[in-house]
Amino acid sequence: MGEDNFEYWRWREYRLIVPNVRLENVKVITAGIDVGSVSSKAAIMVDGEIYSISVMRTGSSSPDSAKKVLENALEGTGIKPSDINYIVGTGYGRVNVPMANGTVTEIACHAKGANYIWGPTVRTILDVGGQDIKAIRCDEKGKVLSFLMNDKCAAGTGRGMEVLADLLKIPIEEMGEASLKAEEEPEPVSCTCVAFARTEAIGLLRRGWSKEKVLAAYMRAMALRMCTLLERVGCERDLVITGGQSKNIGIVSRVENILGIKTLPMPDWKENGRDPMAAGAIGAALFAKALFEKTTNKT
Amino acid sequence: MIVAGLDMGVQNVKVVLLKNGEILSHGMAPSGFEPEKAVEQAFQEALKRAGIAYNDIAHVAATGVGVELAPHVDSKISVVSADARAAVYMYPSARTVIDVGAEESRVIKCDENGAVLDFALNERCAAGAGAFLEAMARAIEVKLEDMGRLSLKARGTTSISATCVIFGESDVVSLIHKQEPKHEIARAIYDALAERIVSMVYRVGLKPDVVLVGGVAKDVGFAAALKRKLETEILIPQNPEYAGALGAALYAMENLRGDKNGRRQL
Repeated sequence: MGEDNFEYWRWREYRLIVPNVRLENVKVITAGIDVGSVSSKAAIMVDGEIYSISVMRTGSSSPDSAKKVLENALEGTGIKPSDINYIVGTGYGRVNVPMANGTVTEIACHAKGANYIWGPTVRTILDVGGQDIKAIRCDEKGKVLSFLMNDKCAAGTGRGMEVLADLLKIPIEEMGEASLKAEEEPEPVSCTCVAFARTEAIGLLRRGWSKEKVLAAYMRAMALRMCTLLERVGCERDLVITGGQSKNIGIVSRVENILGIKTLPMPDWKENGRDPMAAGAIGAALFAKALFEKTTNKT
Repeated sequence: MIVAGLDMGVQNVKVVLLKNGEILSHGMAPSGFEPEKAVEQAFQEALKRAGIAYNDIAHVAATGVGVELAPHVDSKISVVSADARAAVYMYPSARTVIDVGAEESRVIKCDENGAVLDFALNERCAAGAGAFLEAMARAIEVKLEDMGRLSLKARGTTSISATCVIFGESDVVSLIHKQEPKHEIARAIYDALAERIVSMVYRVGLKPDVVLVGGVAKDVGFAAALKRKLETEILIPQNPEYAGALGAALYAMENLRGDKNGRRQL
């Protein structure tokens, strides 16, 4: 048997162009670029409507990652970088987005983006990215009222999923489903430190646990950490989940289970571009539109 | 009278043999996935060096994170208690013991008999232990065993925080991009870990003399950083990774003698 070189942890990068977007008589084209610790997202908006989004891995250089994800989002759209009226950078690497006309924090962008994706009933946003967990409360306009985030420890973030995908040899996109197939819902693991995830999981496997049960125990612990943050910020309905883990059914269902409330359903994002993973970039593109209009009104 | 102390560490299993209160020999083996095999291997090494047989051992006491995995031992002792005993045995003036292991670290305040007065633990977080150094060495693409010496060339031009291994990796990557020299990053890595340990020291109170044990004590970069941050001299034994096993062996001896109240002067 040959060596297994498949990179189970490596989630797929993608670009999505929303069909049937008219490009005649366009007033303003804006872009939002969200350089996260693990993934970079770009959203292109035409008169405040999503035209294209792109999600790619963040490389070791933030400026290069920003450039790449923007180029990828524009590919096949007929829009050139010079056509864009205003670009807002956000995310962990926002100060390193060289082509940005302005920056806005990812907290504000996620609230704005969630408001756009799901509508004005959103009051609480749980954003779970590669290295952080944020619980954000907002008003009906998507304005941030308060927020809490994990600033000292990456336990419970998406990074742990990559480690486990690699160890358990389950493609990362399938881990959520796999965790729901566990023969029983086990007690959460006692330690969610990403650096110890591997040894923790190996210990459980050696005790005879199935891969699914190990995943279930780990995801339960992750969900508990998220819910603690949500409870501290004050979780009010409607609740939505953004960021990479919004697509992890193993996390979403456990958060709902622990809190006893449902999150708003995943939008038809492949059709309309309202991708919860790109909520920060979408919010940034919306801020870009507002900022552009503000500057043009002045002159 | 020969007794043995067994330390079931995360990374290595260690054995120390004592004969009439004097260290006879020691042995070590990687913990791996089969703890029983690792224990056997460590014992064999120690027995061979001492030129004795397993049956000559009157009592085996075990300690360490994986103490539950230790096969057929006569008694068990916590790492905190073992460390304190070992430190005072090696340095009668020891009052503060700092133990930095692969995945855990601890700071212990003890009295002249090696009895524990207070302690602080770092558990379940890799940023406060050797795992932090391992991850950071990987991030700057330097061998862990070379990072200490490398850091000694630095002047201290930069810093990172050691609140989390994962965040630390991001910090280090951005320093590499700013073209910060590797030796400066290495020093920042040691400083960050030392700061975390120092905050534990202040939680229990700093009382000289300070003894540093555990596998990470052998890292010259870490020892230098700890000295800088504590602003005090630090005693480091020749084989700091054997402190837990030595403490367990001392406990084995007490058990055999039936010492009930305090430890007899050695």
